[in-house]
Amino acid sequence: MEIVKNMKLPIYLDYSATTPADSRVAEKMAACMTIDGDFGNPASRSHVFGWKSDELVSEARQHVAALIGADPKEIVWTSGATESDNLAIKGAAHFYQRKGKHIITCKTEHKAVLDTCRQLEREGFEVTYLDPEESGLIDIAKLEAAMRDDTVLVSIMHVNNEIGVIQDIASIGTLCRSRGIIFHVDAAQSAGKVDMDLANLDVDLMSFSAHKIYGPKGVGALYVQRKPRVRIEAQMHGGGHERGMRSGTLAVHQIVGMGEAFRIAKEEMAEENARILALRNRLWEGLKDMEEVYLNGDAEHHVAGNLNVSFNFVEGESLIMALKDIAVSSGSACTSASLEPSYVLRAIGRNDELAHSSIRFSIGRFTTEEEVDYTIQLVKNKVAKLRDLSPLWEMYLDGIDLDSVQWAAH
Amino acid sequence: MAYSEKLMDHYENPRNVGSMDKKDTSVGTGMVGAPACGDVMKLQIKVNEEGVIEDARFKTYGCGSAIASSSLLTEWVKGKTLEEASEIKNSQIADELALPPVKVHCSVLAEDAIKAAIDDFKSKQTAESDA
Repeated sequence: MEIVKNMKLPIYLDYSATTPADSRVAEKMAACMTIDGDFGNPASRSHVFGWKSDELVSEARQHVAALIGADPKEIVWTSGATESDNLAIKGAAHFYQRKGKHIITCKTEHKAVLDTCRQLEREGFEVTYLDPEESGLIDIAKLEAAMRDDTVLVSIMHVNNEIGVIQDIASIGTLCRSRGIIFHVDAAQSAGKVDMDLANLDVDLMSFSAHKIYGPKGVGALYVQRKPRVRIEAQMHGGGHERGMRSGTLAVHQIVGMGEAFRIAKEEMAEENARILALRNRLWEGLKDMEEVYLNGDAEHHVAGNLNVSFNFVEGESLIMALKDIAVSSGSACTSASLEPSYVLRAIGRNDELAHSSIRFSIGRFTTEEEVDYTIQLVKNKVAKLRDLSPLWEMYLDGIDLDSVQWAAH
Repeated sequence: MAYSEKLMDHYENPRNVGSMDKKDTSVGTGMVGAPACGDVMKLQIKVNEEGVIEDARFKTYGCGSAIASSSLLTEWVKGKTLEEASEIKNSQIADELALPPVKVHCSVLAEDAIKAAIDDFKSKQTAESDA
């Protein structure tokens, strides 16, 4: 294949897994580390080193709050979205447990939410795991039907990490608020990609990550609404940082990095989203006319950078091996001992073959048109090659219905 | 995951890909695995009158290790008698390709495939002599 000059291989198309830090972010972070920089502990009240760091943290808090339409006092720093999810869900469940012990979430949530709910089940809570529609979206009527008098918490993600669908958190929030139920949203994949204004959303708790939007790994935040006030029980105890909700010396360089990433996102988001959406559409245009390809997740309520496609009759892991010039991820978890296809794709009703055959392309800030064009050609060639090798493809061409075959499961 | 050179070679340049006529009485077909598990292996052998495997073909839906295991197997069975071929152990395939532990099941599948192909061939012969 012809390689465009100056194009570096492999091509990174896994922005939903993580993003490289923006160089502007890295620069700011580096200034908070050494003796010549602002390395102080923001909790030090007695000298200028502490004051300066405190000021930087406060600026970063404003940047984060500004992007999401929150008050800076509503931001609690954490180590990442996983910790934010844990703090929000366990924290609210524990605080409000005298009111009730029922929680509602969805089967396609991130493991950080699902596993936290499992832990609460072990502690005596009851959890309802909603089935999404085939589009990946939640039917509000079904959510309402699942609500009970003892429901204290609903946790629904904003943008799904695998299939990129955007849930209607405005409507879900209104419903929760009318029933007096706390509403938590995992927004790790949506901050900086989908417009949101928490001042006008009935969301009580929202989790954020820095490394999904060109900030550093190891830092995140939890939005805790002040009006009406939402209470959570701390999960990390110590010096009472973050108004007692999350103790631990603040990681100034990480926080500054996250603040800068959110500042840039606010400034450049509209333009960037348009560019990324054009690239995503270009990629899909290039692939959609192949035989037996399926787009996963609702096409309309979809974040710009995500394209999740199933290439029927080709196994995902071998496809990833064949696509070694591009960095993507597969819905098939064949490398783990469990050999399970993506639980997200299974939850939206994709059969095993399609779930095993899926590839998630995620496009971001540094993706170019040339890279997308190269990817289209590469995918077409390799899928054709693997289909030549596939007994399932051969059976499909012979008109055999694979569902009618008695397979010897192993 | 780092794979061995041999594995990558079989994956990138698979040997003996293709299909033979299933109805031919000198052909034995073994199809093992299931789409739900992420791998399906089809192995076919053509056996001559002396009971020696003259030719072998495969098609595999599965990970790189599954494709390499079946490709290697077709090379190994060619020229072997049915008895010799049935003695091939999954551990030999796993060793040759240096399969990582999570991929050993691919070599098990390959062993199952050759056994199934031999059984299919033998049952065809019995059916023919009964007729």
